[in-house]
Amino acid sequence: MTEKTERDHVSGTETTGHEWDGIKELDTPLPRWWLYIFYASIVAAVIYWVLMPAWPMVNGYTHGVLNWSDRRNVAAEVQTLEASRAPMFARLASASTADLARDPELQEFARAAGESAFGDNCQTCHGAGGAGAPGYPVLADDVWLWGGSLDEIEHTIRVGIRSGHPDARMSQMPAFGRDHMLSAAQIGDVTEYVISLSAARDRLHPNAQSAARGAQIYLEQCAVCHSATGAGDRTVGAPSLVDDVWLYGGSREEIRRQVELGRNGVMPTWERRFDDGTIRALAYYVHQMGGGEADQAALAPATSTPVLDQDQGQQSGANVTP
Amino acid sequence: MAKITLIDRRGSDDQHGIEAEAVNSKAARELYTKRQQIYPKLAHGFFRNLKWAAMVVLLAIYYITPWIRWDRGIDRPDQAVLIDFEGRRFFFFFIELWPQEVYYIVGLLVLASFGIFLSSALFGRVWCGYACPQTVWTDLYIYIERWIEGDRNERMRLAKAPLSLDKARKKVAKHTLWLLIAAATGGAWVFYFGDAPTLFREIFTGHADPSVYLFVGLLTFTTYALAGTMREQVCTYMCPWPRIQAAMTDQHALSVTYRGDRGEPRGPHKKGESWEGRGDCIDCHQCVAVCPQGIDIRDGDQLECINCALCIDACDEIMEKVGRPKGLIAYDTHVNVEKRQRGEPAKIHLVRSRTVLYAVLMVLVGAIMTYALATRSTLDLNVIRDRSPPFVRLADGGMRNDYALKLINMAPRVRRVRITVSGLDGAHLISNGHQVDANGAIEVDTQSDGVANVRVHVAAPSNVGPGSHPMRFTITDTETGEQAESASAFFAGAAP
Repeated sequence: MTEKTERDHVSGTETTGHEWDGIKELDTPLPRWWLYIFYASIVAAVIYWVLMPAWPMVNGYTHGVLNWSDRRNVAAEVQTLEASRAPMFARLASASTADLARDPELQEFARAAGESAFGDNCQTCHGAGGAGAPGYPVLADDVWLWGGSLDEIEHTIRVGIRSGHPDARMSQMPAFGRDHMLSAAQIGDVTEYVISLSAARDRLHPNAQSAARGAQIYLEQCAVCHSATGAGDRTVGAPSLVDDVWLYGGSREEIRRQVELGRNGVMPTWERRFDDGTIRALAYYVHQMGGGEADQAALAPATSTPVLDQDQGQQSGANVTP
Repeated sequence: MAKITLIDRRGSDDQHGIEAEAVNSKAARELYTKRQQIYPKLAHGFFRNLKWAAMVVLLAIYYITPWIRWDRGIDRPDQAVLIDFEGRRFFFFFIELWPQEVYYIVGLLVLASFGIFLSSALFGRVWCGYACPQTVWTDLYIYIERWIEGDRNERMRLAKAPLSLDKARKKVAKHTLWLLIAAATGGAWVFYFGDAPTLFREIFTGHADPSVYLFVGLLTFTTYALAGTMREQVCTYMCPWPRIQAAMTDQHALSVTYRGDRGEPRGPHKKGESWEGRGDCIDCHQCVAVCPQGIDIRDGDQLECINCALCIDACDEIMEKVGRPKGLIAYDTHVNVEKRQRGEPAKIHLVRSRTVLYAVLMVLVGAIMTYALATRSTLDLNVIRDRSPPFVRLADGGMRNDYALKLINMAPRVRRVRITVSGLDGAHLISNGHQVDANGAIEVDTQSDGVANVRVHVAAPSNVGPGSHPMRFTITDTETGEQAESASAFFAGAAP
């Protein structure tokens, strides 16, 4: 290189020799701090290759001397988390309804665990927050087919409804239309009568004559399960017909269709899928959605006061005892 | 432009003069020059002492504050000043703030802003000169440097000397001390965020959280870099305050000023010579030698000047020696310098409309904050209406809505509160776990200094029309009667 480099007289920096319309480009060196960080990055990269999983190979990849694995770490963390929750689940599984009622910590755990399990397993049919869907009962209201106490709800979750479980909750609404048990006119009459029994009469205005004809058919065909007054029977999961809550829809047509088709919903048994603690948590979560009913033994008011008093008692006791 | 060179011209027969180049002077400033190391000479005098005092007090506040204890009862942090991220609390002696009370911090920042506006309107960059951490730590670092390497001339000589055992020893000692101070600075910082004695033990036993070491390391690095090696560059290039300062100050604000009216024409002066027909400035460059920013104050107000007033001390010392009145460089205004040049009387206007306004605003904001703090409620209620399901139709034809209540109790004791609803005819509380009393109220315990979550349901009779109905929840302390309210709504389905 015999070519003499040119220096800019203001900055004292060499030029690259390039020139455009009299403008020359300075060959300004990289800032030193930048250059050092660049070199340091290269060094860090090489160290990383050695320590951590880095290069894809034909079969697998380089594992690195630290043997790091995010997958394994996550699995370990999940295991730690599950282990840390295990005692609470065990406590929940062995707690009686009364125990649960006076233990706010356990309630909070049950609610959280129940909400999580509900979201993963129940929400698809029963809706978020137990909002329900046509054919899938609303769990947040105070209308229960098979009973709304904590024990009853837990039992339903355990055995399911028409689930094939030996102890499953079982009953069958006949398909009066499809199986030609009643004529179309008779079904129309009984539909009018059912509407006249229910709170829906104010909005659907049943035909009085038709309803009167339907009354006789109701007593013969329906009253066995739904009772003469239409109050329903929880032992067989027969819904009350006096309120204005309808599993398969509350319009005249929808009520009629249920008499015709007698749809019977299925809820799976969850006993084999969940441990006792999770089932208890689910039952608690559903129970506290708003419509939960008291058990035979009435729920004691849950306040933190008794628990707190115990703590204080223990503390003062510890202070007194030498 | 001339290339800056440090020419050793010591030994001139000037009585007091020394050769000191203002490396950042206007004339010397070039776009492409590399940074010139500044070797500030030790000044003696009132302002130097004031700065020493400010340094000691401010460093003491910084390092000691986390160690002050303040008893708040059992199981409560006993650190007087603590930013507890984990517990989401800010403790300041008798004050305890929750995250949602961040407006007190905003108020404090507003107060600090007006404070700095006021101080700027009165005394210019007094913050920069005395109280800014950059100034304080740089001062401390220069003190260490001077202690190990000697004053200005010795340091310059050492810098130019070839590497020797002595030089290496001095450099190592200096940087070690700097790093120790830097580490202590970072260490003290983390103590504000955790229990200081515990954290102190953990740090030295290696049990502290990695984030603690990270922050100590980070602040060690920044302290060492900013105060040790970057110094005046931080003020000149990095800090926005000099720019903001330009907007905050006015011609009446006092700042460190060279009184050109008295000083010019400058020139060397020999003992016994007449002072007639010449200025008081003997061009001794002492003001330049002591300047940590590397400027010549005689060039007038400059961006680089942090108003540390050390040149005042340096000049006063010289004026005393040559028998002229002190105050050739002093806190003054440019307006006054011009007035005196025209032969008019100079006057200092500290009470001006803007200073009065700032002061009034400070008092106002301070009063509002004090009032707000003194009367703040320790009970609060947040209501979150469940949206899925948006409403539930009940067997009796009524409607039900569900609510999650957050009972916020800022008092350090469990308080029992009564929950009631109002504002919607026929609406009443339902609860799974809690008993509703004859008045339709639910009594629950709050958490001590915490948030209790309570889920309640509200049912309204069947005649409640569709749409959204406003209603409100109230909690009442059963002992003190203190109340907190929260507006909410009852939704009864969309209108058909």
